[in-house]
Amino acid sequence: MKFKDKLIQAYKDGATKGLFFQDEREKYITQLAKKGFPTIKDEEWKYTNLLPILKKDYKLSESQTLVEQQLLREYILNDTNTHLIVFVNGQFSNELSSINIENAFVCSLSDAELKNPIILKKYWGSCLPENPDSLVALNSALSKNGTFIYVPKNTIIKNPIQILYFTNGVSTDLFLQTRNLIVVEENSQVQITERHQNLDDKEVFTNALTEINAGANSIVDLYKIQNDNRNCSLIDNTWVKQEKTSNCSVDTFSFGGKFIRNNLNFLLNGEHAESNMRGITLIGKNQLVDHHTLVDHAVPNCQSNELYKGIFDDNAKGVFNGKVMVRPDSQKTNAFQSNNNLLLTDSASIDTKPQLEIYADDVACSHGCTIGQLDDEALFYLRSRGIPLKEAQAILMYAFANDVLSKIKIPELKEKLNQIIAEKLGVELNIDL
Amino acid sequence: MLKIENLNASIEGNKILTGINLCVKAGEVHAIMGPNGSGKSTLSSVIAGREEYEIENGSIDFNDMNIMELSPEERSQKGIFLSFQYPTEIPGVSVSNFIKSSLNEIRKAKGLEPMPASDLLKMMKEKMELLDIKKGFLSRSLNQGFSGGEKKRNEIFQMAMLEPKLAILDETDSGLDIDALRIVANGVNKLKSKDNATIVITHYQRLLNYIVPDYVHVLYNGKIIKSGSKELALEIEEKGYDWIINK
Repeated sequence: MKFKDKLIQAYKDGATKGLFFQDEREKYITQLAKKGFPTIKDEEWKYTNLLPILKKDYKLSESQTLVEQQLLREYILNDTNTHLIVFVNGQFSNELSSINIENAFVCSLSDAELKNPIILKKYWGSCLPENPDSLVALNSALSKNGTFIYVPKNTIIKNPIQILYFTNGVSTDLFLQTRNLIVVEENSQVQITERHQNLDDKEVFTNALTEINAGANSIVDLYKIQNDNRNCSLIDNTWVKQEKTSNCSVDTFSFGGKFIRNNLNFLLNGEHAESNMRGITLIGKNQLVDHHTLVDHAVPNCQSNELYKGIFDDNAKGVFNGKVMVRPDSQKTNAFQSNNNLLLTDSASIDTKPQLEIYADDVACSHGCTIGQLDDEALFYLRSRGIPLKEAQAILMYAFANDVLSKIKIPELKEKLNQIIAEKLGVELNIDL
Repeated sequence: MLKIENLNASIEGNKILTGINLCVKAGEVHAIMGPNGSGKSTLSSVIAGREEYEIENGSIDFNDMNIMELSPEERSQKGIFLSFQYPTEIPGVSVSNFIKSSLNEIRKAKGLEPMPASDLLKMMKEKMELLDIKKGFLSRSLNQGFSGGEKKRNEIFQMAMLEPKLAILDETDSGLDIDALRIVANGVNKLKSKDNATIVITHYQRLLNYIVPDYVHVLYNGKIIKSGSKELALEIEEKGYDWIINK
């Protein structure tokens, strides 16, 4: 049986029976049936072949297993004031989660159905396009649980909310559909981190979907830490809808995993809103990271900024596609895009493509991409000051990535990422960035 | 301290050094002069361990140890310092971070613990005063947007922090106005001791008014063709190089 048919069969057999949004799910499974999975013949998937990932015989669910508190600590920020929402094998873990928020709702989607059905109904699927691609349709049809964050108006969540999806003690390769719904009402602020982590040696494939509704004048920062083990594949679909004068940033840090595809979509739906998309990719042997971004300037007077830095070692492969759409009436749009890459070997590669569609005439849009190597002059300069080759290379890579790192608003996260980068580069650096 | 014998080096098949002999003892200042393209910068790069150059013949000993096979970082850790003619701009790395990394890597190679942050700051402050360097300098990106003078001052600042045994100053005077030249030269002189040595590479005699050499060598076509005392530099200033070359 083809993978697609297996998924449809699972749906028919009642994989999501009794869960919320049955009618919508029906619609989405029909769309999946019609479209099927993308292949390299699709323009959007030209450089990234999904087929090998789909060939495994995945199980579609797994019961919850025990994850030690001690182990949890390795994957979270070193700050006890943060809020934690943890899932193990796709299921909410009450033991590992610690949510201590009075002025907002942070819970699993299945709890939200009981605690806050009105908001759930109003916003679930509201950021998605009428006719979504098959991966969005698949997640919408088969996702069972995930994170629900609702920040009512005029509320500032002081400490970051950390979302963790663990897989552990899995009996066979597993395919998961995690789902996040984030609703931030007017004048409210929240910072969120998200991480998918397999604690096992089985292959885990996650097709995640996050919807962010950023209300008027809200500030929403989402940080994605992609440092899973080498058996994991992730398709991370993010759909953001921004109202007037809102400011939303999504930063993606990709270090681990075997296959990562980020589909990041912003809709600027209210004037004077600002979107920020940033990323650092640092990968090596047999790894692939693909960033596909889309920012839709649907109204005038908005700003979008994109800054992606990639460092590729061994035979790593990177893809960047940045699409900017400026609608006919969206005058005074400012859209900036930059994608800079370092290739450390001859067998590493990056396919990078800006894609600007501009239908208004009074706009400022720019894009630029660079591909280069570490500067030999700079390396010799550092080495001539006693800094060993490996450390000198690491310093130059840090320096290259620094303008993304410096934008991080959570100091503990910056510290954590510095630690991950140093580990990844195999150096001990005591430079403060 | 430094003993170079019959050094022949080339880059991409072009012979640049064609038999250098040079002996520098602790406490000495040597000046190397010569017209453009004579191989001055190549000589300094080769001593510092630049890997693009191919050493075809000869030897370089530093403190009685053959350093030909050592990497640039190992040579630095052993006490060789090159002040660059054109210091590289490295955006995203601050001057203070760079110096901290450098100093602590050199300490590590010697089996020492990293220098405590407070000691490091104190030392930086001291050396900055010596070279008349302003406070905000430390947090700037390394050499990025620095004026010619700032770059050279930064080089000598690093030298002051790292306290090398052998300092090679490659065209340290180029790009400096007279005031900056005085400050830099004064810094170099203050750092001089009976245990360390300095090689000053320069086009002009001007710098040698401030950093007074014990020996002056003339490099031409990759060879030292004449050596003498500091008076030789004055003679060159007056008569140019032709009278030596044509002899």
